[in-house]
Amino acid sequence: MGDQLKFVQLEMMVVALGLLVLIADLAMAPSRRRLLGYLSAAGLFVVFLLSFRDGYTALVNESTEAFFNSRYKVDGLALFFKRFFLIAGIFVLVFAVDFSERLRSGMAEYYSFIVFALSGMMFAASANDFSMLFVSIELITITFYILVSFQRHRLHSLEAGVKYLILGAVSSAFMIYGIALVFGVAGSLQFDDLHAQQSELIQSKVFLFGMLFLFAGLAFKISAFPFQVWAPDVYQGAPTPTTAFLAVGSKAAGFVLLIRLLVAAVPEVTAEWTSVLLVISALTILYGNLCALPQRNLKRLLAYSGIANAGYLLMGIVAQSEEGTVAILYYLAGYLFTVMAAFMIINLLTKEGEGEDISCLSGLSKRSPFLAFAMTLAAVSLAGIPPLAGFFGKFLLVKSVATEAFGNTCFFVLLAVAVFGVVVSIYYYFGIVRTIFWGRRKADEPTPPPVTIGLPVRIVLGCCVAAMLYLGLLPNKPVKWAETAAKVGVTSK
Amino acid sequence: MDYLFFIVMLPLLAGLVVGVIPGDRIGAIRGVTLGASWLTALLSLIAFCSFDPNGGLQFVTEWTWVESLGLKFYLAADGINIGIIFMGAVVAFAAVCCAGDVTHRIKEFYFLLNLMICGILGAFASMDLFFFYFFHELALVPTFIMIGVWGRGQNRNYATYKITLYLSFGALLALIGLIGVYVQTGAESFSIPDLMKAVEEKPITESAQQWIFPLLMFGFGILVSLWPFHTWAPLGYGAAPTATAMLHAGVLKKFGLYGLIRVAIPMAPVGAQGWLEVMAWLALANLLFCGLVAVRQKDLNLLIGNSSVAHMGFIFLGIASLNVIGLTGAVLVMIAHGLLAALAFGLSGHLYQQHRSLDMTRMGGLLRKMPLAGTALLMAMMAGCGLPGFANFAGEITIFFAAWSAGFQTITVIAAWSALVIGGLYMLRAIRNILHGPQGDDWDNASDAKPLVATAFGLLLAMLLVFGFAPNLLTKRINGEVEKIVRLAKPEGAAPEKVEVVRR
Repeated sequence: MGDQLKFVQLEMMVVALGLLVLIADLAMAPSRRRLLGYLSAAGLFVVFLLSFRDGYTALVNESTEAFFNSRYKVDGLALFFKRFFLIAGIFVLVFAVDFSERLRSGMAEYYSFIVFALSGMMFAASANDFSMLFVSIELITITFYILVSFQRHRLHSLEAGVKYLILGAVSSAFMIYGIALVFGVAGSLQFDDLHAQQSELIQSKVFLFGMLFLFAGLAFKISAFPFQVWAPDVYQGAPTPTTAFLAVGSKAAGFVLLIRLLVAAVPEVTAEWTSVLLVISALTILYGNLCALPQRNLKRLLAYSGIANAGYLLMGIVAQSEEGTVAILYYLAGYLFTVMAAFMIINLLTKEGEGEDISCLSGLSKRSPFLAFAMTLAAVSLAGIPPLAGFFGKFLLVKSVATEAFGNTCFFVLLAVAVFGVVVSIYYYFGIVRTIFWGRRKADEPTPPPVTIGLPVRIVLGCCVAAMLYLGLLPNKPVKWAETAAKVGVTSK
Repeated sequence: MDYLFFIVMLPLLAGLVVGVIPGDRIGAIRGVTLGASWLTALLSLIAFCSFDPNGGLQFVTEWTWVESLGLKFYLAADGINIGIIFMGAVVAFAAVCCAGDVTHRIKEFYFLLNLMICGILGAFASMDLFFFYFFHELALVPTFIMIGVWGRGQNRNYATYKITLYLSFGALLALIGLIGVYVQTGAESFSIPDLMKAVEEKPITESAQQWIFPLLMFGFGILVSLWPFHTWAPLGYGAAPTATAMLHAGVLKKFGLYGLIRVAIPMAPVGAQGWLEVMAWLALANLLFCGLVAVRQKDLNLLIGNSSVAHMGFIFLGIASLNVIGLTGAVLVMIAHGLLAALAFGLSGHLYQQHRSLDMTRMGGLLRKMPLAGTALLMAMMAGCGLPGFANFAGEITIFFAAWSAGFQTITVIAAWSALVIGGLYMLRAIRNILHGPQGDDWDNASDAKPLVATAFGLLLAMLLVFGFAPNLLTKRINGEVEKIVRLAKPEGAAPEKVEVVRR
């Protein structure tokens, strides 16, 4: 067993880092705790670099049967998502340090919880078994209960925490109930076993019922309709770094599990449910985009846009092809950098809990041309306009659905809804651009001073901008990475 | 790398240079943009002259972009787009000449203007459908910001959103159609020559074509203001700053028509069968309805906008006839109308700059005040109602012949009537109101066009006249390519029709 631990080496390092932060906190003077955040970000960066080591990447070709009996997979998909989460974690930590003054207490705990949530996401990337799935999801969700309500002095933050707790607990209950039903019929918790007997299992109503409950649990994580109700309140109330991590990390964790379950393990169930998934995807797109229209609060606006994006991402699942999976991966990668940049800029411009109104962006082009440029790119990328990451992601998603559409006319309905959604979204994303460049402040309001940006945040924003352009302009290599990652098979026994 | 690469990339380079120049050095910013667009126009003239009508694809730049999807950065010119690129580059130069009315945030404006020019020329130079779309969208964001920030009028916000949402919607519909083409041909490539080859060997299945054609027709149609999706156009152009209106109405709008000729007709000819008649009737609605709307306008910009929408009807009619002379005429009108629309919006921009108003009822006698601009306006109006000698006439008459021979006799009669009578009515009335008669109130301080602006007007007029007197400069280039398309679309009736009509 000892040498088998190499499969979880990255996760072990991340967990150790989280514990180290907690211990170091005891020895450190409160004034220097910011350093702790930067150090843990640096630590995660080292882990990120280690994930490229030959010794580690070679594990992809090694069977994990001996370890954990195939319940844990280290394949291309897992590797892709582990790196994805690590990048997100690094960004969020830098972000959190910038935010830490507003936390008032428990800075170090905040950092360590981010790291623990990250470890949960990394476990989820490899989960190939219901027990693993449930444990990693709970690790993510429970740390998020705390992260969301971390600003105890703010009523909004607490409210968001309670909402997330209650609805999160309900969704966990759904999931565990579903797992129980599936286990009762299939007699196994392993995805590989499900895959082997899916054609018999699909006959069983109880099994399908269980799968439906499981899907409901995961749909909560990705905030798909009709399990999206929590998202706007929680996104708005939570501390902004938490919101960013929730938007990117938690959503991606939900999608990696959906891919493992619906695309790799039981594709026949997915095929049976095409119309259900299609309707959910379409409704999610519609709900997110239409509700985003009247929003003035930027975090809330991004929450609704996040719901809409979950709908777009679901299109990749509906397509039920490798192409669809590639599109999901690509879109998520673009989404990571875009949303992270957007939340960081909002955070820079707002004071605690106030001024999140869209008007805080007005005159930004004069206050800070760099921020104006980055925010414009983020909005335009989210709207799906070339030459940015969001466009190429949407292009791949639309293409994956259009490929199937000529066999199944229903898919045209989904495409029509997607197009409608994009046009609606252009309205509110361009509203952001409009405010940046020609929004007017009230006459009596003094012009706010230029924004000061710390070096680490500047670097992270620079990375986001570079990545948005890179993913949009030179997609050749990233598409290849996504294609390697998307080849998810199931170990046949 | 060849002429085309530099034609597309020069504006982008100029945009980057403008981005580095400090914002208060206005002269340098204008100079760089003007120089770059002049060089672009010159290069496109050289490319146009050295183009070999029988040489197939020329000036090719081909780089693999995304290997696994078969996406290529593929610039090339053939008989159809060489003329459009030439026209586009000249219009771009003229637009830069006329951009002097922008007085605040000059650096940003010129950056966006350069970006827009790059997008426009790239869209027409791309032989890869992905980049064709990509460049078009690239030009859309600058349009939005330019109208919003530097636009005029009370409801420019509304106009900005309207134009953006309409154009995005059309573009996305077309994108789905384009992806459909890609998926259904099985060519594993987005490049137009590859797709043509694939379709020649094995056409797209009929049921798929029934989806693809309407998607492309309405998607591209919205982009070209096909009736009843035209309402964004007059409004948007009315609110846009001069250079933006010139570029959009002149060049970018032709993107949809180009797409119809290039992609929709050859890829989905069976799907087109049932829809061409619909298109012809809608084209008639464009001509008749928008012409009548134009008659009622009191604002010069709205008049030009509506007449420009009306003129799109000719091109749709030419495409709907689906024969060699029809498509040739369509391309001819595209080029002629591009020059004309740019000229008209440039002139209205000049007038607006003088007096901050384009109310025609309060103008009059301006020919005396501004002999140069006035004469240009007179000629533009004449070209607009199809006076022989201007390129528009050559194209329009060709299209009437084509539509008649394609069996749209009724439509042709009504269209010819509406073009001549209604067009003549509003154009001549505008000439009387603006140029003749007693001088309108408050126009004492109006001055004539400055040399730079006058150069732009002169250049556009000269092009209109050259192509009007010698349309075969264009048709001999267009003809060969169009024949290929018609052969693909109608394999049975591939009798080589000649376009003798326009060779005078």
